[in-house]
Amino acid sequence: MSDTNLLEKLKTIVEPYVQNKEAFSTISEETDFINDLKINSANLIDVALDVEDEFDIMIENDDMDKMLTVKSSLEVIEQKLAEK
Amino acid sequence: MRKRVVITGLGVVSPNGVGLDAFTNALKNGSSGIRHSKVLEELQFSCQVAGEPIISDLMKEEYLTRLQLRGFNSTGILYGVIAGIDAFKDAGLKINADEVDWDMSIIFGAGTSGIDKFREAIYKVDEKNVRRLGSSVAIQVMNSGVSAYLSGILGAGGQVTTNSSACTTGAESILMGYDLIQSGRATKVLTGSTSDSGPYIWGGFDAMKVCAYKFNDQPEKASRPMSESANGFVPGSGAGALMLETLDSALERGATIYAELLGGHVNCGAQRNGGSLTAPNNEAVQRCIKTAVKNAGINAQDISTINGHLTATKKDSIEVQNWKEALEFTKDNFPPINSLKSLVGHGLSASGALESVASVLQIKEQFVFPNANCEDIHPDIEAMINSTSVPTKMKELDVDIVAKASFGFGDVNGCLIFKRYNHS
Repeated sequence: MSDTNLLEKLKTIVEPYVQNKEAFSTISEETDFINDLKINSANLIDVALDVEDEFDIMIENDDMDKMLTVKSSLEVIEQKLAEK
Repeated sequence: MRKRVVITGLGVVSPNGVGLDAFTNALKNGSSGIRHSKVLEELQFSCQVAGEPIISDLMKEEYLTRLQLRGFNSTGILYGVIAGIDAFKDAGLKINADEVDWDMSIIFGAGTSGIDKFREAIYKVDEKNVRRLGSSVAIQVMNSGVSAYLSGILGAGGQVTTNSSACTTGAESILMGYDLIQSGRATKVLTGSTSDSGPYIWGGFDAMKVCAYKFNDQPEKASRPMSESANGFVPGSGAGALMLETLDSALERGATIYAELLGGHVNCGAQRNGGSLTAPNNEAVQRCIKTAVKNAGINAQDISTINGHLTATKKDSIEVQNWKEALEFTKDNFPPINSLKSLVGHGLSASGALESVASVLQIKEQFVFPNANCEDIHPDIEAMINSTSVPTKMKELDVDIVAKASFGFGDVNGCLIFKRYNHS
């Protein structure tokens, strides 16, 4: 799967939890979920579970903790997909 | 000096009407909210009729954000949030997304919370899949979920809590709000209560054989308080909300004043003297009513109408007797008495608040709503009071004071005294 494709899928997953729509419109790899998109920290768990459903992967606690930015989330997804 | 407490806003989510206008019309017309329940039929309940508010998906989105509605599965929180927001707005208050109102509290009662959500979670946990619960379970199954949602939406920064005392919950929440204002710790208190709907909340009562099972093919006839053919209560649900406020604050804001809450009382029969976990100690019931009247500073004879608990079980006659003895009425001067449960069923933890909203509306609109299905008044009741005291048609009346009581499992009692506010 190409990086752009992955990013598009992640954007769709993240969107319902975003509280700062303006930051979402300029989302990039550097975007931070909590600080930029103002996602409620409790919802980060839901983002990770939605990622599991979308890509049919399982994300362990340590990896979930890393998923704070677009970049780190993409890395976790890519790694899990490669392990499949 | 005692502070005067008035009601400046109402909200209601009832099986026979969601919103004040719909509910008021339903009360005046005696419209029933009891319907056949496919779910209860499929699950082979004895009682297959119930009172459930009808709420469209579109309406849900008017009260909760799409994010709040993700994974949302709590009827009790939904009803409470709708009733609570409506009462707040009805009081003429505006939501300010950036500010906290430190003088506003919320005491919103519930018997359970998110019982359907809890069921979802239990299945996942038992499948060793606790990690898949996500963030939406804890906040919906905590009993104070309804108060938590409301405080976030409305910006209430005083005490925010949920009380729970079975079917007395609603009446108790209103009295707790009254006390909070008396103590000077709040200017406004959003009070009320809610109840989940569905088989998982109603099942326990069905199993106790206290629910109506003889009218499954005639839903609107099933709930028959004070009637000879009463055969148990119809399970119900919904929420009622009342914005309580100091008279000074209400006058200063130029708010609409629906009525004054003169006071009330709550007590417990301690399961003595005939009382049990499920039956009342009559001495305690009478004491509760008498003390409420005393606390309100009125004479019993000034009561215009009584809104009873009256669930449509065998206990209705005893309740009428308790009212009569506690207030020392004769057969001829007993005021009109009615039961909202004849129209919406027994809303359990929501009942006290739903019925208090109905009581206050009777003051505002000067009427007594009809007792449905009481054409055949129970002989034991007719021996104590005149049948004209149990109106089966809407009755226009000069309603000055309403006494409202609720009784609950655990032998708990609550009684409130509402009075018309005289605008001078």
